[in-house]
Amino acid sequence: MPTKIEKDSITGQETTGHEWDGLKELNTPLPKWWLYTFYATIVFAAVWVVLYPAIPVQGWTGLTGWTARGALPAQMDAERARQAPMLARLREVSAEQIAADPELRGFALAGGRVGFANNCAGCHGAGGQGATGGFPSLADDDWLWGGSFEAIHTTISHGVRAGESDEERGIAMPAFLTTGMLTQAQVNDTADFVLSLSGRNVEPAAVERGRELYAENCASCHGDGGEGNRDMGAPRLNDQIWLYGGDRASVVRSIAYSRAGVMPAWRGRLDPAMINMITVYVHALGGGE
Amino acid sequence: MLKKFSHGMIERNILLLGVLTLITVSIGGLAQIVPLFTVETTIERVAGIRPYTPLELMGRNIYVREGCYACHSQMIRPFRDEAERYGHYSLAAESMYDRPFQWGSKRTGPDLARVGGRYSDDWQAAHLRDPRALVPESIMPPYAFLDRPLDTRNIQRHLQAQATLGVPYTPEMIANARADLETQARPDRDPAGFQSRYARARQAAFDGNPGVVTEMDALVAYMQMLGTLVDFRDVTPEQLRQQ
Repeated sequence: MPTKIEKDSITGQETTGHEWDGLKELNTPLPKWWLYTFYATIVFAAVWVVLYPAIPVQGWTGLTGWTARGALPAQMDAERARQAPMLARLREVSAEQIAADPELRGFALAGGRVGFANNCAGCHGAGGQGATGGFPSLADDDWLWGGSFEAIHTTISHGVRAGESDEERGIAMPAFLTTGMLTQAQVNDTADFVLSLSGRNVEPAAVERGRELYAENCASCHGDGGEGNRDMGAPRLNDQIWLYGGDRASVVRSIAYSRAGVMPAWRGRLDPAMINMITVYVHALGGGE
Repeated sequence: MLKKFSHGMIERNILLLGVLTLITVSIGGLAQIVPLFTVETTIERVAGIRPYTPLELMGRNIYVREGCYACHSQMIRPFRDEAERYGHYSLAAESMYDRPFQWGSKRTGPDLARVGGRYSDDWQAAHLRDPRALVPESIMPPYAFLDRPLDTRNIQRHLQAQATLGVPYTPEMIANARADLETQARPDRDPAGFQSRYARARQAAFDGNPGVVTEMDALVAYMQMLGTLVDFRDVTPEQLRQQ
């Protein structure tokens, strides 16, 4: 390969001396600013390696001793300390008292909104609108377990059928077909009666057959007229709000195989102050009692 | 000094080029290989970490197969905003049985390192079947096809392979792999043996249907245990030291 370096007649620049089929390559050096920036990054990296934990030797933390994990507690503590006075007040009082105090209420609504978006919105929707399939709306006045401050607080703390407490929110509906308490025909008749409670047009004969079955099997929780029972988390059946869909097939399925929606218990996961704030926020979504 | 140096010198001397190439490649190689010798020191000495149950392991395989990692990381970084949103930062110990790990550096969806227990089983299954039915603004694709029976024929060999890589699956765990998998997905089975092998593993009909063990069961079981093994109320700063 010829290595004759010559001056290019057009640009006045030197060639590299390489030639392929008559094509010659100009020897264009990198711009100076680029080259020195590059050298600077190498120097920067060398300094970085000395200052920060970059060398995998046991005990080596770099000259500064800084680590992301080491720095985090101080940041968290500083933020906690900043919030501490307000959080302490929010912990001490009940959600009802927070809502009565304009200053606490403003703080709780802002904090509760963020807490709700992070922890609750996945199931209950960004605006608390809920979703079909067992994810109740929190923005209306139809409550499964009650819409008072205290009831909302209990639900958030213990969850629903979360397995952490038998006493709070642990009751589940029996599966009437699976357990053999009702036959399929009886389940169908009961479903027709349930639909009649909300004024639906169903076969009168089936309603009559279902009436007694309902009284024997369902009324103790859902009430004689389908008014529901919040102590049991038994939904109202005489309105148009359906947790799992209000078509006949969905109601039949609910009676036959039962429904047992689960909500996680947030006690232990969330700070008591945050539970209070979310309680106030949920109460304010529209249906608080 | 700089004037004297020229690439031409290296380009014309094959021996010099070879030696300098070897040095450069070695530095890059050492930077990747040397940390592996001290990787043990990065694993925190926290209690509660156990190998995946057979059902969770199959769920993890589905998670990898479906490319969930492309949008979801499993790595809560030690920053305040992440700790506030997701919980305690991820520990090396929490992914020590992950091959490959699912840390990731890109989040189109949220981080899943501590998603376990955050939602109900019903929600996870319904959300996988049709994400937009529950989260209208979601751009996640639907995975309704996961409601098909789980192929469990090779479950023992999956555990065996993990054991070969150093995951502490005992011969007893491997022998009972198929039974343990079925037990976890069927609440009517006696969980005694299963739970003695896998501490605090939850037994449930994860997809809402106790009759058939589906891929949905496996994936939901896996997601519901993510980040739940370590009880951070008991963890001391000393245990978190990586030395």
